[in-house]
Amino acid sequence: MKKRYSMFTPWRHFKYLFKKPLTIPFKDIFTKKNADYLNKNSIIKSKKRVEESSPREAADNLRGFHTNDWEECIGCGTCMDICPTEAITMAERLDVEDVSGALQQRPIIDYGRCCFCALCVDTCTTGSLKMSKEYIYTHENPDNFLLMPEKLWQGHVVKEGWVKDENSDLLDLERVHMEHEDPEERKSSFVEIVRGYSKEYAKQEAARCVECGVCTASCPVQMHIPAYIKAIWEDDIEGGLRQIYETNPLPGVCGRVCTHNCETSCSIAVRGEAIAIRWLKRYIIDSAPDDIYKKSIMEPISEVIDAKVAIVGSGPAGLGAAYYLRVMGYKVDVYEEKPLTGGVMRYGIPAYRLPDSAIDKDIDFIESIGVKMITNTRVGRDISMDQLEKDYDAVFLGTGFFKPRDLPIPGADHKDVIGAMDFLPKVRDYERGVLKLEDIDVAKSIVVIGGGDVAFDVARSATRLQMLKYGKTNVKLTSLEDQDVLPCSEDELIEGAEEGIEFFCGNGPQEILLKKGKVTGLRLWKCLCIFDEEGRFNPEFDKECEQVIEGQQVYIAIGQSPDYEYLPKSLSEKLTFERGKIKASNLGQVEGLPWLYVGGDILRGPDLISGVADGHRSAQGIDDYLFNKAKKKEISKTLKEMRLAAKEQTPGLTYRQLGKK
Amino acid sequence: MKEMKLFLGPQHPGMHGNASVHMYVDGDIIKRAFLLPGMLHRGFEKGMERHSWINNISLIPRVCVVEPDINEMAFAMGAETLAGITVPERAHYIRMIILELARLSIHLMSYGGLGSPTGLYTLMYHAHTDRNTILNIFEKITGHRVYHQYIIPGGVRKDLPIGIEEDIHAFLDDLENRYEEYRDLGINNPTVLARITDTIPLPAEVVWELGVTGIGMRSAVNKPYDLRKVMPYARYDKIDFEVPVADYSDAKSRVDCKLQEVIQSISIIRQCLKLIPEGDVRVPLGRGQSMRWTIPKGHVYSVVESSRGEFGYFMVSNGGVNPYRVGVRGASYPQGLLGIEKYLPGTRLDDAALWVDTMGVCSPEIDR
Ligand SMILES: Cc1cc2nc3c(=O)[nH]c(=O)nc-3n(C[C@H](O)[C@H](O)[C@H](O)COP(=O)(O)OP(=O)(O)OC[C@H]3O[C@@H](n4cnc5c(N)ncnc54)[C@H](O)[C@@H]3O)c2cc1C
Ligand code: SF4
Ligand code: SF4
Repeated sequence: MKKRYSMFTPWRHFKYLFKKPLTIPFKDIFTKKNADYLNKNSIIKSKKRVEESSPREAADNLRGFHTNDWEECIGCGTCMDICPTEAITMAERLDVEDVSGALQQRPIIDYGRCCFCALCVDTCTTGSLKMSKEYIYTHENPDNFLLMPEKLWQGHVVKEGWVKDENSDLLDLERVHMEHEDPEERKSSFVEIVRGYSKEYAKQEAARCVECGVCTASCPVQMHIPAYIKAIWEDDIEGGLRQIYETNPLPGVCGRVCTHNCETSCSIAVRGEAIAIRWLKRYIIDSAPDDIYKKSIMEPISEVIDAKVAIVGSGPAGLGAAYYLRVMGYKVDVYEEKPLTGGVMRYGIPAYRLPDSAIDKDIDFIESIGVKMITNTRVGRDISMDQLEKDYDAVFLGTGFFKPRDLPIPGADHKDVIGAMDFLPKVRDYERGVLKLEDIDVAKSIVVIGGGDVAFDVARSATRLQMLKYGKTNVKLTSLEDQDVLPCSEDELIEGAEEGIEFFCGNGPQEILLKKGKVTGLRLWKCLCIFDEEGRFNPEFDKECEQVIEGQQVYIAIGQSPDYEYLPKSLSEKLTFERGKIKASNLGQVEGLPWLYVGGDILRGPDLISGVADGHRSAQGIDDYLFNKAKKKEISKTLKEMRLAAKEQTPGLTYRQLGKK
Repeated sequence: MKEMKLFLGPQHPGMHGNASVHMYVDGDIIKRAFLLPGMLHRGFEKGMERHSWINNISLIPRVCVVEPDINEMAFAMGAETLAGITVPERAHYIRMIILELARLSIHLMSYGGLGSPTGLYTLMYHAHTDRNTILNIFEKITGHRVYHQYIIPGGVRKDLPIGIEEDIHAFLDDLENRYEEYRDLGINNPTVLARITDTIPLPAEVVWELGVTGIGMRSAVNKPYDLRKVMPYARYDKIDFEVPVADYSDAKSRVDCKLQEVIQSISIIRQCLKLIPEGDVRVPLGRGQSMRWTIPKGHVYSVVESSRGEFGYFMVSNGGVNPYRVGVRGASYPQGLLGIEKYLPGTRLDDAALWVDTMGVCSPEIDR
C-alpha cells in the first residue's frame, strides 16, 4: 500500500498538539514511600518531584511482599519445602506458644532470592501466608533483606495482593476414599468395617502429606509419620516397616484403633481432611509379607545381657516394654491371666474394629524375637509377686483397667445391669468361637449408659448380637453429654447411627426400673451441667424434665477401674495411689522400689498408644537401672560396651534418646 | 586495510539483553562475527531437572524475558501430554489471550526496538508505552508484570479477574486506532524505510539451511507455516485468523509481517473473549500435594509458535517428581547463533543491530 504525499502532508501532524501525550507519568512509577526514601537519601533532590509522586497502587492480584498471620501459621514449613529459590528458612521462635498441632517456628524470607512466584502462598497449609500489594522496599544494609513476614508489613496494615483461591491451591484437601462395609450388612456380623487401602489408593493418600512432622510431635511415641508415609508413596513397604518399628511394636493394632492424635493435629486438617495416617500405617502392616519382618526389622539380638525382666499383663504397655527390652537383649517373660495375650485389644475392643488376625500379626512378631508369653497365669494366684521379685531383676506392671465401674443408682445391682467390661470380653470370645450365641444373654431391647467409645463398642456389639439372635435391633444410648459434644470419636457416632442406635443424649440416669424382678427401663433426668464451677464432676439435673426409656437390660459403660488384688498387702502399702493410678516417675519407676516399674492405664492412660509409650519409656528406665546395678556389683567389666553395642542395634531407642536430649 | 575487532553490546541500544556480537570489521564491512549470548542464562535445562514439575514454573519463563509465556505454555503442554490430563476449556481460552497479549507486547517492543538502530526513538517510546499497558493487564491477571508464572501444567493458576475484559478491549481498540499512526512512524517513514528496505535479506535457501522458523521463514518462502495453524494447540483451531507471508525477506518485509500479525493478534484476542466459556481453570496434575505430583514415564516434544518461530520443549519423564531431562529449542537459536556467524559477514556494521532486531534474537533461549 503506497501512501500519497502532497505538500500539505506535514500539516496533518498538527493534530498531535491536541492529543494526550503518550508517556508514562512519573506518578505511575514511583510510590510516595519510595520517593520519600529517595529524597531522604538525597537521591531525588527536588522536593516538588517527591510531592508529585503519589503512590501507584498495584493490581489486586499483585505478588508483592509477603504477610504471615502468626496466629494462623502453624510453623509447618511447607512454604519452605516448595520454595523453588530456597528463599525460605524456618526460624525457631520459642516465644510462640507451644500448642499441639503447631511447631514453634516461623518462616523467614530472603528477598535476595525470592522470585515472588507465590508458590509458598498457594501451598501454605493454613492460608496464613499471603502476599501484599507492597512492592517497594529499600534499605542500605544488605542484611536487612532477610525478613520475617508478619501480619503487618513494616509495621503497617497493607492491602492484600495475591492470596490463594481454590484454583491456585496446591494441596490436596480431600481424603482418598476408603471402602467401608455397608451398614445393613455389617450389622449382622463382626466383619471388620474398614476394608483398608489398596496399593494405588494408599499411594494417592500418601501423596497428600506435606512432611511437616506436626503429627510426630503430637504422637505419644513420636512415630516417624512423615517418613513412613513417604515410604508408602515411594512404594517402599520395607522402609516404612522399619520406620514404624522404631517407635511402635503394635502398628497393625494402632493402624486400626489408635485414637490418632496425629490426625487431629495434621496440618492438612486445618483447611481440609487430615491425612489418613492411621489407615496408611495399617496399609504397611497389612501388605508387609511375614518374611520382610524377619529380614528388615529383626536385627540380631544381643544375647549377652544376663538379666531377666517379668512383665505382668500383656496389654499394649506390657507388650511395648517387652518388645524394647527384648531388642536390647534382656530375657523377658510376660505373665497374662487370660488365655490370650493382648489385654483390652483382645478382650475389649470389638472385632469389627480390630480383628484377631491384626492382633496376631503384631504379637506373633514380638513373640518371634524371643519374648516368652506365659498365659493363663494370674500373678497373685498362680505365681506371687514376691516370687517375681526373687526370680527377676526387674518387674513391670501393666495390668490395666479391666473392671467395670459401678453406677450408684437404685436398681443397679440387678443381674441385668451389666458392666461394659463384663460384656465385651464375652463378645470377643463368641467371635472367636470360644462361646456360642446362646451363652451370651442379650435382651431384645437394651439401654447403654455412657457416651464414650466403650459405650459405642457395647451398643454396636449388642446390635450385632440382637441381629444374629432376633433378626432386629433395639438399642438406645444415653449420656450426660449432648450429642454434639459426645466424648466418643466422630466415626463411632456416624457409624452407630447408621446401624440404628437411638440416642437419648444430655440426660442423667436416675433409677433402673424393675417390675416383677425384671428390668423394664431407665428413668432419666435432663442434665443441666456436668461439671461444677471448680471443674469437678458434679452433674446437675432438671427433675421436671424426666423421661423413661424402655429396655430389658441396662449396660453401664461409664469407665473402667483397676484391680489391684494381685498385689500383696506388703507391697501395696508401699505404693501411692491417686484416683486408681499408681504414682511413679516419668519412666514408670516406683519410688523406693527401684526394681518395680508400672505403665499403661494404671500409670497414665488413656489409650493404647500412651500404653505403648509407657512401655517404651519403662524399657529405657529398666535398662538404666539394671546397668547401674550391674556396674555396682561389677558383674562384668565389659558389660558397658556390650550394652552400648546392644543399644546401637535398636534404632528406635537411639532415636528416642536423641529426642530426649 | 587492517581488520579491527568491535563489540556490539552488551551495552548498546541495538542489542537485546546481555547478548553481544563480536565483530571483525574492515572499514564498515563485517568480516567475521559471532554471538556471545552473555552466559547469564546458563544451566536452565539442568536447573529444570532439579526442580519439581510445579517448582519449574518459577524457572521456565526466564528462558525468554519479553515473551515468557510461550515457555510456560510449551512446558505445561508437554507435562499435560505426558500425564494424560485434559485441561479445562476455559483455561485454553485464557491461555490464548495471554499468549497473544504477549505476542503483541513483543512485536511492539521489537518494532520500537527498530528505533535504536535507525535512530528514531519516538517509535520506541510509543511502543514501550503500549507495552506498559499490556504489562498492566498482565499484572492484573497474573500478579506479575514480566515473569507471569501463570500458565502451569493443568491450566492456569487463577481465573481472570472481574472486569479485565474491559481493560483488554480498551487497549485493543486504542492500539487499533493508532495502528496507522504506528505504521506512519516506522515502516511508512521514508527515513526508516530507506534503512530497512533491502537490508540484510534472508534468502529461502538460508532458511532451510539454518532451520529458521517463524516470521523469518514465512517472509522468505511465502508459506503460511505457523504452528497455530498446522498443529493447532489450545483452541487455535476454533479461531479465525490469517498468517501474513511475503516472498522476499528483507528487514522491511519482516517488520511488515510483524505489524500485520499485530492486527491478527488483536482479532484473536477479541474472538477469545467472545468464545470463552465459564468453568474451572485448572485440574491438578494428579492426586496429592503439588510437590508429590509425578508424571508417567515417557518423552514428548511440545511446540508452540512464538513471535520468533517454533519454540519447543523436549521433555523426558522417568516417572518421578522432577523432569528427567528438558531440552529447549529456542526459536531464535538458528538465526541468533548460526545466522550471525554465517550471514553477517559481508553486510555493513550498522546493519548488525537490524538483524538482531528483525530476526528477534533472544540471548537466554540461546544460552539456556
Ligand atoms: C472397650 C474398650 C475400648 C477401647 N478402645 C480403644 C481404642 O479404640 N483405641 C485406644 O487407643 N484405646 C482404647 N481403649 C483404651 C485402651 O485399650 C487402654 O488404654 C489400653 O489397653 C491400656 O493398656 P494396658 O497395657 O494398660 O492394659 P490392658 O490393655 O488393660 O491390659 C492389661 C492386661 O493385664 C492382664 N492382667 C491384669 N491383672 C493381671 C494379673 N494379676 N496377672 C496377669 N495378668 C493380669 C489383663 O488380663 C490384661 O490382659 C479401649 C478400652 C476399652 C475398655
Ligand atoms: S514467593 Fe516463591 S520464591 Fe518467594 S519465598 Fe515464596 S515460594 Fe519462595
Ligand atoms: S506453610 Fe503456611 S502455616 Fe506452614 S509455616 Fe509456612 S506460612 Fe506457616
